[in-house]
Amino acid sequence: MSIPLPVFVAIPLVTAFLLPIFGSFGKKGKAAATLLANLATVGLLVICVGSVGQSRVYEVGRWPIPLGINLVLDGLSSLMLLAVSIVAAAAMLFGVKYMEQYTAKPKYLSLFLLMLAGLVGVTLSGDIFNLFVFLEIASIASYALVGFGCGHEELEASFKYMVLGSIGSLFVLFGIALVYGNTGSLNMAYIAKAIAGTGMNVGLGFALALFIAGFGLKAALVPFHAWLPDAHPSAPAPISAMLSGVLIKVLGIYALARIVFNVFGITTAVGWILVVLGLLSMVVGAFMAIGQWDLKRLLAYSSISQIGYVVLGIGLGGLIIAQAGDRLDPQHLTWASLAILGGLFHLINHAVYKSLLFLTSGSVQMATGTRQLKEMGGLAERMPVTRAACTVASASIVGIPPFSGFWSKLILVIAAVQAGFYWIAAIIVFVSLCTLIMYLKVQRYVFLGELPEKLQQVKESPCSMLVPLVFLACLCVLMGLLLVPSMKDNILAPAVKVLTDGVTYSMSLIN
Amino acid sequence: MAYALCFLLFMIGLYCAAVKKNMVKIVIGIMIMEYAVNLFLIMLGYRSGGQAPIVGRGDIAGAGGKVLDSFINTSVDPLPQALVLTTIVISLGSLALMISICIRTYEKYGTFDITEIRRLKG
Repeated sequence: MSIPLPVFVAIPLVTAFLLPIFGSFGKKGKAAATLLANLATVGLLVICVGSVGQSRVYEVGRWPIPLGINLVLDGLSSLMLLAVSIVAAAAMLFGVKYMEQYTAKPKYLSLFLLMLAGLVGVTLSGDIFNLFVFLEIASIASYALVGFGCGHEELEASFKYMVLGSIGSLFVLFGIALVYGNTGSLNMAYIAKAIAGTGMNVGLGFALALFIAGFGLKAALVPFHAWLPDAHPSAPAPISAMLSGVLIKVLGIYALARIVFNVFGITTAVGWILVVLGLLSMVVGAFMAIGQWDLKRLLAYSSISQIGYVVLGIGLGGLIIAQAGDRLDPQHLTWASLAILGGLFHLINHAVYKSLLFLTSGSVQMATGTRQLKEMGGLAERMPVTRAACTVASASIVGIPPFSGFWSKLILVIAAVQAGFYWIAAIIVFVSLCTLIMYLKVQRYVFLGELPEKLQQVKESPCSMLVPLVFLACLCVLMGLLLVPSMKDNILAPAVKVLTDGVTYSMSLIN
Repeated sequence: MAYALCFLLFMIGLYCAAVKKNMVKIVIGIMIMEYAVNLFLIMLGYRSGGQAPIVGRGDIAGAGGKVLDSFINTSVDPLPQALVLTTIVISLGSLALMISICIRTYEKYGTFDITEIRRLKG
């Protein structure tokens, strides 16, 4: 059975506007709101899992395609939807108990679902202006959520995030205006056709530069990363998990990949830009993370480093395709597919284990009341489940077989070596070592060592917070199975094909 | 020429948002950027001496109901106007949020100067 595409956006959006009503009914209303919000995220997860491997186009209001808004589900969007809905369901369940320490819980739930609606909308929209609208819905909700605690640091981080985020959005909007002026269309496929017909000119080149800067700001790639280490730690833990786990990937990487590959068509210059941005983010993020003593800040810097792997994989694939040009033989295509596969696989892995790490940090913070590594220690016996989940996630992110992170890094290294970029493979392995150091530091200072005097009374978190941790930890172990041929052909391969086909894919949608 | 002025306005806004130390001035800078882009969009659809893009009886010829070329060549592009309306609504939302965060920050710190509001470091 195929579900109409607007339903994906409508589930979180409608629920988001229903929830504030419950807020005025006291305690029972609050419980009902929490239940409804959880039902919405689980429902979204179910239909996203159900629609894996499908592809279809929906014309909103029956307007034919170049005129109206259209929603497109294809391999790449269904992969992103899967990541978004898994992380959202886990974070929402985790928030049930965790958000008790804040007031105005229905407002939090409502903003969470609005952000989710924006994320789902971005992955599904088939024209660039609609993409901008959903991007703004998700961004504005996330600005408000970062400042949700209303303390000194939260407000400051939220303001910083909002200023840089708004500038990024305006770059994107300016780029959209330039593209519309040059091609006369807002539909991605029709823009791709127009650009393929006329070739690039100065206006379109400037628009592409604006898109890279704007989406780069949203993805926190290294020259544009200043907001992330403040914003992600300041948000409540479930929101940090959403922000680091999926928001920067959907608003940044997915949108950038879609525009660069399917609309403008990849060129050697753009391929190099992506590779360099990716390498910079990997190295700088890893170095900055090692020096941090605030647990969530360390995780945030590590997100920058990991997002670099994703951009590197996608950029490397694009670079190989662009360098081969018209003489693209099957061998080059295999290398390019492998690099992009590594990037996308790392993306979905990172969504799972980084959200798990942020949730465990929330669990630790709630139990101990601090985020400073030096004030913790010896929690291994007091919080066994949290400790186990954190260890699994750390093993994944470092890349210890058989956990998921190992496979995606292995694929990236193989692709780089095969294509002859030995130095890139060396950097990937080197950054992995840096990652190992930072997560050994986390294990050492949080869970091992002596239990400080103050923390003698620490207890394990309540059950509803542990369920999402265990769920995500199981996924970390099982994700390697996505490489089994039958799973790979259904989930990862269609997403890779969308990117490797590039503009040709967009053309095929019109006909 | 008009496009260059639009771009200049965008850069003025960007400069203001990047350099100014006062939170309210930063918000003003962002809004200037927003208006520059809106102006740019409106100008894309503008046509001097154009007419409203609504097909009247006189603009259709023949039994097939085809729209006359003279109408197509003189009518204004309506799409950018719809886009600008949407962006105005979005910018209203983000402006309201920005201003309310400025107010809350002022209550906490007693100042709008971002050089004095520095608990977090990069």
